[in-house]
Amino acid sequence: MSFKLVTLVVIVLGAIAIAQLVRLYEHSSKLRNRREEDIPNRDNKLNANMMLTFVILLFGGFIWLMSTYGFTGRGEAASEHGKTYDWLLNINLALIVVVFFLTNFLLFFFSFKYVRKPGVKAYFYPHNNKLELIWTVVPAIVLAFIIILGLKTWNGITSDASKEAVRVELFSEQFKWTARYSGNDNKLGYFDYKLTTDKNQLALLTTATLDSAIRLMEVGSNDGTILGIKLLEEKLNNPRNIFIPKDRVKMEDDLDRKTRLLRLLYQMKARHNSNLDARAYDDVIEADTLHLVKNQDYEFNFRAKDVIHSAYFPHFRAQINTVPGLTTRFKFKPTITTSEMKKKMNNPDFNFVLMCNKICGGAHYKMKMIVVVETPSSYKKWMKTKKTFKDEYLAAPAPATTAEATADTLVVAVN
Amino acid sequence: MAALAHEAHVHHDAHSHDHHEEGFVSKYIFSQDHKMIGKQFLMTAVFMGVVAMLLSILFRIQLAWPGESSDFLSMFLGETWAPGGVLKENMYLGLVTIHGTIMVFFLLTGGLSGTFSNMLIPLQLGARDMASGFLNMLSYWMFFLSSVIMLSSLFIETGPAMAGWTIYPPLSALPQAVEGSGLGMTLWLFSMTIFIASSLIGSLNYIVTVLNLRTKGMTMTRMPLTIWAFFVTAVLGVLSFPVLLSAALLLMMDRLAGTSFYLSDIIVNGEMLENHGGSPLLYQHLFWFLGHPEVYIVLLPALGLSSEIISTNSRKPIFGYRAMIGSILAIGFLSFIVWGHHMFVTGMNPFLGSVFVFTTLLIAIPSAVKVFNYITTLWRGSLVLTPAMLFAIGLVSTFITGGVTGIILADSALDIAVHDTYFVVAHFHVVMGMSAVFGMFAGVYHWFPKMYGKMMNTRLGYIHFWITIIGAYGVFFPMHFVGLAGAPRRYYDYSVYNEFDKPAADMMMDLNVIITVFAIIASIGQLVFLFNFFYSIFRGPKAVQNPWRSNTLEWTTPVEHVHGNWPGALPEVHRWPYDYSKPGAEEDFISQIVPLAEGEEEH
Repeated sequence: MSFKLVTLVVIVLGAIAIAQLVRLYEHSSKLRNRREEDIPNRDNKLNANMMLTFVILLFGGFIWLMSTYGFTGRGEAASEHGKTYDWLLNINLALIVVVFFLTNFLLFFFSFKYVRKPGVKAYFYPHNNKLELIWTVVPAIVLAFIIILGLKTWNGITSDASKEAVRVELFSEQFKWTARYSGNDNKLGYFDYKLTTDKNQLALLTTATLDSAIRLMEVGSNDGTILGIKLLEEKLNNPRNIFIPKDRVKMEDDLDRKTRLLRLLYQMKARHNSNLDARAYDDVIEADTLHLVKNQDYEFNFRAKDVIHSAYFPHFRAQINTVPGLTTRFKFKPTITTSEMKKKMNNPDFNFVLMCNKICGGAHYKMKMIVVVETPSSYKKWMKTKKTFKDEYLAAPAPATTAEATADTLVVAVN
Repeated sequence: MAALAHEAHVHHDAHSHDHHEEGFVSKYIFSQDHKMIGKQFLMTAVFMGVVAMLLSILFRIQLAWPGESSDFLSMFLGETWAPGGVLKENMYLGLVTIHGTIMVFFLLTGGLSGTFSNMLIPLQLGARDMASGFLNMLSYWMFFLSSVIMLSSLFIETGPAMAGWTIYPPLSALPQAVEGSGLGMTLWLFSMTIFIASSLIGSLNYIVTVLNLRTKGMTMTRMPLTIWAFFVTAVLGVLSFPVLLSAALLLMMDRLAGTSFYLSDIIVNGEMLENHGGSPLLYQHLFWFLGHPEVYIVLLPALGLSSEIISTNSRKPIFGYRAMIGSILAIGFLSFIVWGHHMFVTGMNPFLGSVFVFTTLLIAIPSAVKVFNYITTLWRGSLVLTPAMLFAIGLVSTFITGGVTGIILADSALDIAVHDTYFVVAHFHVVMGMSAVFGMFAGVYHWFPKMYGKMMNTRLGYIHFWITIIGAYGVFFPMHFVGLAGAPRRYYDYSVYNEFDKPAADMMMDLNVIITVFAIIASIGQLVFLFNFFYSIFRGPKAVQNPWRSNTLEWTTPVEHVHGNWPGALPEVHRWPYDYSKPGAEEDFISQIVPLAEGEEEH
């Protein structure tokens, strides 16, 4: 409260003080017969000097920032294409710094030098075709050079990954990342978002996951938190139940939605080939950290569950958005292990990171995953401790056989 | 000749007779006079600008001192949005979103183009008013209505839109994803729909006026560069704003009618949605098809104003008048085929990306031509450093500084690691924000005598300029380095860096404090302007007819506004507007209405 009062008083007093000063200034102008639009030479000169001072300050500030903060931050590029990236960035930075210095200097220096002097008339100089041609053609040539270099790098970065590249999927949702390794076959299992259940957060497609997704739609979850179609119908059809209209509409909508989704699931099941199960079963899912092997090519596949996120690996100079309904890809080869990077950054607590770089909701800023780059042997050791999707999923109590039975009969009916 | 003029005079007197008994309402509120409408746009924009600046100070406080209690925050946001004086995560996003929306659309589009196109097009062309006074009035009132709706969204229970000013779906389409995507987003979309209609009506009016209502002798190549800039701006607006409307309309249908234009395979908050087959990328294409021309809708008027101001106050013709027109046209054309450079890493086909690299970098050529022409205009001039001139020079500086970083962002390969970081934020604030705001200030200082018949205080103008340029560079220069270090934009708290790279976190916090301090200084500097502006409207010294000794037609009208602009016949134009310091002339300026002397060549 006192803060508000003080602020208010300061503002009011400040305004009054300025008003008085301005009135004083106006009276003195009137006395000296000076009009507001006549800029006295003294003012003109003062501003001209300020122009020169300002440009020196601007350049000084730039050099200070560059030397203090310019080369910190992300550190050395830790991926193969990242080295090309840094090289190209440095070329471009050097070029734009030169242009920045040159043109700003001319601008402010001319503003200083050619300020009005008594008796000196401006030079009537409306155009000069030769000059104009020069400063059209020179930037065009420089830009052509930049475009060619840039596109060459871009094509290299975005071309298809090699067959040997290890496939890893990164799954994004509010507000976390989950990694899925493609396992021994180096093939990521298929997925469909409709298969998402508590045990199958990444919605992988196998015969078993299909069945449990159908079961969830039909009979709901075991703990009763999610109502299946059967229970919903029973509740709605029971004349003894009385609902608030709003709740009733909500339940009816839920029922309709589930019925339609169920039909799609049955269609999926009818088309499903159980030979594809193996593709998903050897995948390894890991939500805590992303483990990568040094000097190994990777192709990352990105998925989003809810809204757009962006997979941003600042130290590897890699980034691509993750888009609901679309798989995006980015490939890179890490070239520095985490422990090597700790030494290079002179920081034993340093870690590579995967951050979210597209606004995705309140906790957007917390959405990240630590990335560990290691040697093949320590990676293998780590991988051994992990269970495959099959072990994880099938270790859980199997879906009720009755559901499977009904499912089969229904498929026949559909056919 | 004299008899003819006399006749026209008499005729006009008879004509203007019935306008003399204008009531308060038709003169000040539902006015159809372009000068009054221009001033209405300016007043509304100044208010919106102050609000947007205040919002930015609120979130800058959070960024510099995360988690620390601030009386300033609790004063403006209360317990709901800043419990205990600490900003809520969601409100941070809301503030960022509304700050961006107001600045881009309401201040720099509505405010800049609305004010100066309205004010200057008829005056500099020698027209009595806009082609349609009524549509012009409608344009302002729709702008006003949309401003009110946008502001009202700040006060609702679930908060304003929180998906960033680009409102990418699905985040903006799903109230389950963030609370601001509920009523707040609906209001945002309604407000913008009305805004687009307003902008469209205004732009059509500007185009028709420029094409049809030029006075005798005012050929297209004798138009001041301001008019060329407003004209091309209006064309850009007409061609691109409807696309934003269609983007917004499809989003509204996804939100309200259950369609799937932008939504596919989504599970949000545990709820499995049925939408399938839509594409969030479609929205981005539609949005940036407006979004990029929008940058030039903001910039071109500022460049036009500064061309006029720099030429007048250098007492020299603008260098390369035709090249300047050519650049404006080239920038206008290219601005339509570069939108994809906002989408290099969105999952768009990389080959398409490389096409956009090519077209985007081409824009640097006409931009470079403009910069060199400005600098050559200053060369061997006789500079009068009025506040308007200072701001115009400042504009050229920020146009350079912000422009060169664009070369990095336009390069798809380099964009990968700086996309959506603070480097981008710094880039567009310098090149678009600062340049356009400087252009707007330059315009206000320069044409204030024409708008209000009074003079603004020059020395307060100087103070305002130096605080603003130092403050603004102080804010956005360090921001480039935060971005180069990899800091993503729209983060609520950068201390998350502590968990994996403490030195980087320290650096970001250091720079964030510097940035916020400069932001506070710069915003206090704006109080000097506000004071000067309002004080001068009421108590400023009376202006003379042509205070800056300028050539263009608006300075041949009387200081007191009259309906129809010129009390007698419309002026006739005999020369281009840049005959400053022409050899052989007595004065260092020759108004456009002065016929060529015997043996005198047109430039």
